[in-house]
Amino acid sequence: MPPLLEARGLTAGYGETNVLHGIDFAVEEGGVTALLGANGAGKTTTLRALCGMIRRGGEIAFAGQRIERAATEDIVRRGVGHVPDGRGTFMELTVEENLRLGAYTRRDRAGVAADIARLFDYFPRLRERLRQQAGTLSGGEQQMLAIARALLVRPRLLLLDEPSFGLAPLIVRDIFHILRRINTEERMSILVVEQNASLALDLADHAYLLETGRIVVSGTAAAIRQDEAVRRSYLGY
Amino acid sequence: MNGLLHQIASGIASGAIYASVALALVMIYQATHHVNFAQGEMATLSTFVALTLIHAGVPFWGAFVLTILLSFALGVVVERILMRPMMNAPVLSSVGVFIGLLLVINALDGWIFGFTIKSFPSPFHAAHPLLGGYVSPHEIGETGLTVVVLTLVWLFFRYTTLGLAMRAAAYNPVSARLCGVRVNRMLGLGWGLAAAIGAAAGIMVAPVVFLDPNMMSGILLYAFAGALLGGIDSPLGAVIGGFVVGVLENLFGAYVVGTELKLTVALMIIVAVLLARPAGLFGRAVQSRV
Amino acid sequence: MDADRTVSSGRFGLTQALGMGAFLAVMVGFAFIADSYHLFQLTMVVAYAVAVLGLTLLTGYTGQISLGQGAFFAIGSYSTAILMANYDWPYWATLPVAAAVSALVGFLIGFPALRLGGLYLALTTFALAVSVPQILKVNALSDFTGGVQGLTMDKAEAPFGLPLTGDQWIYLFSLGVGCLMFLLAWNLTRGRTGRAMMAVREQAVAAEAMGVGLAALKIRTFAVSAMITGIGGALSAIAVQFVAPDSFNFFLSITLFVGLVVGGVDSIPGALFGGAFIEFIPNIANDISKAAPGAIYGAILIGFMFALPRGVGGGVMAMLRRARRRPLPEVR
Ligand SMILES: Nc1ncnc2c1ncn2[C@@H]1O[C@H](COP(=O)(O)OP(=O)(O)O)[C@@H](O)[C@H]1O
Ligand SMILES: [Mg+2]
Repeated sequence: MPPLLEARGLTAGYGETNVLHGIDFAVEEGGVTALLGANGAGKTTTLRALCGMIRRGGEIAFAGQRIERAATEDIVRRGVGHVPDGRGTFMELTVEENLRLGAYTRRDRAGVAADIARLFDYFPRLRERLRQQAGTLSGGEQQMLAIARALLVRPRLLLLDEPSFGLAPLIVRDIFHILRRINTEERMSILVVEQNASLALDLADHAYLLETGRIVVSGTAAAIRQDEAVRRSYLGY
Repeated sequence: MNGLLHQIASGIASGAIYASVALALVMIYQATHHVNFAQGEMATLSTFVALTLIHAGVPFWGAFVLTILLSFALGVVVERILMRPMMNAPVLSSVGVFIGLLLVINALDGWIFGFTIKSFPSPFHAAHPLLGGYVSPHEIGETGLTVVVLTLVWLFFRYTTLGLAMRAAAYNPVSARLCGVRVNRMLGLGWGLAAAIGAAAGIMVAPVVFLDPNMMSGILLYAFAGALLGGIDSPLGAVIGGFVVGVLENLFGAYVVGTELKLTVALMIIVAVLLARPAGLFGRAVQSRV
Repeated sequence: MDADRTVSSGRFGLTQALGMGAFLAVMVGFAFIADSYHLFQLTMVVAYAVAVLGLTLLTGYTGQISLGQGAFFAIGSYSTAILMANYDWPYWATLPVAAAVSALVGFLIGFPALRLGGLYLALTTFALAVSVPQILKVNALSDFTGGVQGLTMDKAEAPFGLPLTGDQWIYLFSLGVGCLMFLLAWNLTRGRTGRAMMAVREQAVAAEAMGVGLAALKIRTFAVSAMITGIGGALSAIAVQFVAPDSFNFFLSITLFVGLVVGGVDSIPGALFGGAFIEFIPNIANDISKAAPGAIYGAILIGFMFALPRGVGGGVMAMLRRARRRPLPEVR
């Protein structure tokens, strides 16, 4: 079976400078793939390129269709949920309105209501804060809101950009636990970007290591975790 | 005393017009961070269209609705043809385009419809003086209609999914795209809506100030002042600001400086208020750039 | 960051000096080949260019939007006109006074501008533009300003028995004053002050960090900008020999703003192009369509902004950079 997402020779950048210099990677259906790398390696840029948010080149196939020329809105509509760098919360809107926006592309009201109920199961805090302005949520709550919003798109693939960023360790543990459940219970395919490698490798089954816009290591999460050399020179733990 | 009540009442009536145009300005500002200097001229063009329809025998309210729809289309077209290509241009160049548009529409108005001042019919009549005769039927009807329009706009943004998507696209276009919102289409809709609101304001004010190609230029300035007074990022503030400016302008014109200098004085007062509250009365206090 | 590159007129190489010299020679040459009508037009180009130059410093360099530059133009014009018509001053002696009065008003406007950024400043300056013609019309001042009728002045003549007509002389005189103003602006915008001014535009916080006295710099820029635009106004009054309130309505401010954006907001030579645009495009528009010249003018302006969003100055800079294979800085 071909992978759910496959990028070949992917390049991307801002203005006239290139940040990604032709990278190849894939995400298997139902699996969790991690994209690791130091600050500034190009992880966020990779996710932006996948969603057509910046200038890009190369080939991207998603669910058997080429999407490297598609607009962001259409990529989302084809089933890519993106929890962006900085979480992308609509600060001025209420939590409820944020969630309604997540379901914006859907017309099945009953299905949306059921999905929201199920998401409250994962994130009970959101139910309590429904009428609150999203800008007043804590960092962890905003991260949960962002994940819930992306899941409401009913994606086939969930992109997560540093879900641990700026959060207390306990909250991070919670969130990764929930991500694990979402992967197994919803059979959601996930591509997660992390600086915190050990955390991501625990969740993932495949991993790629990015360094200044090039992939330098790839393999199963288990193999990478056990590779002393890689760990020391790239992952720093 | 009677005179004062009368001045306040007509201040509220003109304030309603400023409030509408101010709301149109704020809507576009929120979505694009531009002030549409051509908003007034677009409304004047719409009013000419309405008058042409009425002269052609279309009943007033039919002409009103038709004009609103045409103005909506005009707004969408202007956004698509003029603004979208300028999306990534420097801000001041966009201002240049707005000014160009203002000049084009103003000149076309004069060319097609003539520069002479034209009277415009009012749909509001009354057999007996209303409210003790302090206000004309037109002032009452015009204020009422404006309030209805503004309420409809508010309900639309507050309760419909499309309204929500338009707000999302304005606040955070990147995130909105990630929710599948077609942001460019929302911008077009916003321009259409703003043009439609402006058109309603133009048709409502024309019976009072009469119609000529420059009808809206002073009004645009008052509306701009109202929008800044209320807070350029607050639609409700802009509406309130519009009403405040309307009342202030009338009182100053009648009692303090006469009609010649009233525009100047009204603006000076607004500037003074802004110096005390730089974000406007209802705006969020943004960290000012000194 | 490579600071020298961002200062557009930072270095003055030999090629540039030669170019300037040739350009000036051509401009001076016009005095002896153009007829008096065209000389008048060229004088107005210089006057408008100087006025736009003031705006370039204020809006282009420090990013403070002025939609009321016409007010300073009016103040300069009226200073000269009042002195010439009411007190029989010679035209040349009025310039320092026009400069001082405009600078003073600019200085005063600079204070509220400290607190009001962006659109608010645009509104404040716009209010100024609207009020100036109204104030000029006020009856109580009409002994002074001539009221709605305005003031008429005598034609200036060439001094020292020079074999020049009045038109030739006024053109050359304006050209000389204009050169001085451009030199002044160029001198002001290079080096440390220029960088500080642009730091104000890009980000006030960074400017503070650079140790720039932000308030003083902003007010000073306002005063200098008003002074230069005021001199432009004085030159135009001398050439037109007539001032009246209605020539200084807010449309003049809009026109100067248009001159700024077509020339390129932070390009000092661009101001010259802006002056030419202001003087000639309305005539061209009129030739194209007698019925709706405003529409043609507006359409030319829009087309111009589409083709050269950074104005002529920005376009030329981009071409030079491309020629030297240097990437454009990311600007928004
Ligand atoms: N919006 C942007 N404009 C210009 N350059 C950017 C932008 N975002 C990121 N970069 C540059 O791209 C490179 C990769 O950044 P990024 O993808 O954010 O790294 P990571 O997410 O791995 O920390 C960095 O050198 C960064 O400076
Ligand atoms: Mg990142």
